[in-house]
Order: sequence, then C-alpha cells, then structure tokens
Amino acid sequence: MSGAWPIGLVFLFPFRLLQHMTTRVALLGSPTFSWNLVADWQDIFQYDFMRHAFLAGTIIAVMAGVVGYFVVLRGLTFASHTLANIGFAGAAGAVLVGLDPVFGLLAFTLVGALGMGGFGRRLSQRDIAVGIILSVALGLGILFISLYQGYSTAAYAVLFGEVLGISQRDVAVTFVVGVFTLLVLGVMYRPLLFASLDEEVAEAKGVHVQFISFAFLLLLALAVAEAVQIVGVLLVFALLVTPAAIAERLAVRPASVLLLSVLLALLFTWGGLVIAYYLPYPLGFFITTLAFGTYLALRLVKDGPWVSKQRSLTAQNMSEGGAS
Amino acid sequence: MKGLAYSMLLASTQPFSLNLVADVQQMLAVDFMRTSFLAGSLIAVSCGLVGYYVLLRHLTFASDALSHVGFAGAMAAAFLGLNPYVGLFGSSIIVGVGMGQLGRASARSRDVAIGTVLAWILGLGALFLGLYLSHPVANTNIAIGVGVLFGSIFGVDAQTALVISVVSAVTSIALLAIARPLLFASLDPEVARARGLPVRALDALFLTLLAVTVADAVPAVGALLVFALLVTPAASVRRVVTRPYAALFLSAALALVITWAGLTMAFYLSYPVSFDISALGFVVYLVVLAYQRVRAARFVERASNMVH
Repeated sequence: MSGAWPIGLVFLFPFRLLQHMTTRVALLGSPTFSWNLVADWQDIFQYDFMRHAFLAGTIIAVMAGVVGYFVVLRGLTFASHTLANIGFAGAAGAVLVGLDPVFGLLAFTLVGALGMGGFGRRLSQRDIAVGIILSVALGLGILFISLYQGYSTAAYAVLFGEVLGISQRDVAVTFVVGVFTLLVLGVMYRPLLFASLDEEVAEAKGVHVQFISFAFLLLLALAVAEAVQIVGVLLVFALLVTPAAIAERLAVRPASVLLLSVLLALLFTWGGLVIAYYLPYPLGFFITTLAFGTYLALRLVKDGPWVSKQRSLTAQNMSEGGAS
Repeated sequence: MKGLAYSMLLASTQPFSLNLVADVQQMLAVDFMRTSFLAGSLIAVSCGLVGYYVLLRHLTFASDALSHVGFAGAMAAAFLGLNPYVGLFGSSIIVGVGMGQLGRASARSRDVAIGTVLAWILGLGALFLGLYLSHPVANTNIAIGVGVLFGSIFGVDAQTALVISVVSAVTSIALLAIARPLLFASLDPEVARARGLPVRALDALFLTLLAVTVADAVPAVGALLVFALLVTPAASVRRVVTRPYAALFLSAALALVITWAGLTMAFYLSYPVSFDISALGFVVYLVVLAYQRVRAARFVERASNMVH
C-alpha cells in the first residue's frame, strides 16, 4: 500500500491538516457541549476567531443563498464548480508570488467568469468548454504549488476551507464584497429573474440578456471567491447550490424561494460552525453533511415510494416548467 | 521517498536534445519511465474512447464528479486500513450506477443533484483524510491524500502499473465491443429502443465503464485532472471530425499523443506531469478552435466572392 501513492511534489497538503488540528487544540483545548445553551454561547464567542468566523460565515451564507438561487435557476452548477477550481489556481498563484491568496482568488475567478461568458449559450456546448477550462485551471494550480518551494499552507486551506484563520481584515473584505454583490443583485433583480425564467421572451421585451448573463457570472465569481474561504474549493456547492435546490422544492414564488434559500444557507453555516467548535473534524464536512442530509430528507419525503405517483409528477412538472 | 529519488535521477539526466532517438532511448532506459509509458498509453486510449461517449451523452459534469468520488473512496479505504484501490474502484462504481438512476431527470435538476451529492462526498473525503491523519500510526503514509487528488504516474510502482494497464485494456475492449449499439443508444435512445436495443442496460454498462475508467486513471493523472484525458481530446476531435467512428478512434489517438508528449515534457522539464498533460490538451483545443475560425472565415470569403 505504501508504494501506491507517493509523490514528491505536493505531499505538503496533509501537513496542513495536521497543523490545523494541533492549532485547534492549542487554541481551544477540547471544549465540550453542555445543555446550558447560554454558557455554550458565551464559550464559543469568547474567541476572536470564532466571532470572525461567524461574521464572515453569515455574510457569505446570505450572499451564497441569494446568488445560489439564480445559479440553480440558470443551470450554472457546473460553472460554479469550475469557478471554484479556477480560484484554487489563483490562490496558489498568489501564494507563489507572495500575495494574499484572497486577491488571487478574486482575480482568477473574475477572469474565469469573463472567459466563460464568451462561450456558447447552449448548455451542452458550454459544459464542454467549461470542463476544458476546469482541467487547465487545476493543472495551473498544481504547477504553482509545485513551483512554490515552501509550505504553501494558504493554498491548501483553499481546497477544503479554513475558518480558524479568518482575520478581522478578512471579515471586512468579505463584508464589502458581500454588500456590493447584494446591492448589484438588488438593482438587476427583476431583469435577471425575467432573463433566467424565460430568456427568449425577456430578450423580445428588450432585456439585455447577454449583458445580464455576463454581469451575473461576474457576481457569481465574487460569491464563489468568498464562499471558498469558508467551505473550500471542493465543497462550494454545499452553500451555493444545495440551499437553493432545497428551497426550490419547498416554495414556488421567487421571493419566498430566495428567502428560504438564504435561511437554509445560514442554518447550515451556523450549525456547521457550532459543531466544528466542539468536534475536531473539518468544518466542510459538517456543512456539507447538514446540507446533504436536509436535501436527502426532503427528497425522500416528497419523492419517496410512499408518495402517490400522480402527485409527485405534478410537482415535478411545476418545478421544472419554470426554467424551460 | 520515491519523489526524492526521482528528482535526483532527473538531475543526472542529459537535457533534451534535438536528437529525438537518443532522447527517447534515454527516457526509456529509466525503469519508471517504461512503466509510466505503458500504463499512461493504455489509460489514454481508454479515456479517449470513453470520453467520446461522455461528450455524446452530456456527462461532462458527471464524470468530473465521479473522479472526485474516487478521492473520498480512497480516503475512506485508507482510514479503514484497506487497499486504497478497493475504495477508489468501489466508490466510483457505486456512484456511477447510482447516477444511472438519475437518468430521466432534466439536465438542470440532474446537475443540481450531482452537485449536492458531490459536495457531501468530498466533505466525507476531507473527514476521512482528517481521521486518517489523526491516527498516530498511519502518518508515515501521509502522501496518500495528495496522491489521489493530484496523482502522478511517476509515483506508480510496477505492480500497480500492471494492474492499471490490464484494467484499461479490458475497459477499452469492452467499450469497442459495444461501440455500435452504444453509439445508436447515445444518439437516439428512443429509436434505438424501438429497434429492440436494451437501452437501459447499455446506459448502466456505459456508466460502469466510465466509473472504472475514471478510477483507473486517478492514480496516474489525479482525481482533479482525469478530465484532461477524458474530455479535452474528444472535444477537440469532435470540432473537426463529424464521422462517429473516425472521431472515436481519433480521440483515443489524440489522448495517446498528448500523454506521450506530457510524459516527455515532465521527464525533461520536471514540471508536474498532470500539469503537462492538461496544458497540452488545452493548447490542442485552442489550436483546433483557431483552425475552425480560420476555415469559417475562408468559407465566408469564398462564398461572398462567388456571389459578386
């Protein structure tokens, strides 16, 4: 077994996790959960980094919930996955040249969004182009890491997320980006919704569909770059896609779906942070498990074998009729 | 560690010369380069063949997800003290077959389902990696997590390379055996069903083959980059070649050429081999795009000349 996977270039990553665990023990000891919730609350929030994590997590969850609704509506799941991976290359590149990884993340995801916006509009064609960009971005990320002659801790944190290291300045950056994204989304809400629900009719009515599509991809890039910092490149769906996918099954009116999606994203983030405070495992695992568990439970309740076929078919037609 | 031995060996090799025969001789004189070329070639062929059908069936995202699933499976196996390959193949095949159940959903809701499951499975992978590392005895083999994520064909030992090669050969042969009905079922499932083809069985069989191919390629190119061999060659070929069988074989050939060039580049320039392969694939794709643009422009020019 030991001969199966050795690799000289990038074996530093697991050290990062080890380091994470030792840092955690040094910072926290091993806290235990009590049923006295007020005491637990005070316990958690006595630490600066937990306050920072909650603040940043809250902003990111709100942003991801709102943006995620349109991601699901516009069928951009794969694109958002790719943007996250492009962000990985950016973070690795920034570390290589000695910059803060956040800037690499933002720069690369924005350029990636511009690149994707130029590709075909048909879903299948777009998938292929997006896939090719994805593999190049990952290749670049690996190249940057191998060129970097040190412990590129920051780049590794980008893969699976890292909450312990969120500084006050990170919270400020997240806040500014979050408010900006939400404001722009608020301004373009109606045309964006229109274009997402029925592109042809929207275009006929004089909505600049191409422009809206570009603008939304840029906002998505911002949201992904922010969400990556908390859940990591590989787990970004858990905040971006799953809450919206659940919300879409529960509500019909766009505004209620949006609100529900934000609420769910908040719940998953907060829940994940609280659990991760008490248990020494990666935060990403808790957030994704909460999200996936809710999604699965809902699917079982609504589409399980005990639901009459007629009803579930109608529900499916209704939820899919909106997007086609 | 092998990585160290590898870089020491690289330091002692001659730089790339224009005498190509000597270059190849030098490369193949090295033990691990021979195994890499053997395993790499067979992986490339199977990825090229399967990749063509991946594009036909719009399974780009699904195949990406499958490769990530392999990562989580290998981590789980490592944590449980099993051979990582058991986890790698097992998890890929289970999820691949599971994806077959999503078959009839629309592309959009299928993507959402894949994305949600994918996020959770990767979260599990992170958990198992963490558990594995926190195990005090196991830390001697910490390279494993990254090996699965990024892969390096140079790190694969001779015995593993043999297994990889045999599996690739078997999947390639199996795919070629069902090439014709699978093509029919991919292009027009309804008509194929009306003609009496077992479309559902073919779907399931193809997803299994895809899962095996992806899992097989992971140690060589890494979970994150299987894509470079699976999608990029087929996508480039499909832009210029329309005849199905020609495109099928050409995409296998292109994957093979890209792999050989990538291995050579990695040997002489010592950049990570996964990067070389993905970068070469991307360059080929860009060249094909440019060629298409030029040809379309010429066509328009000629057409307008004929009008005037």
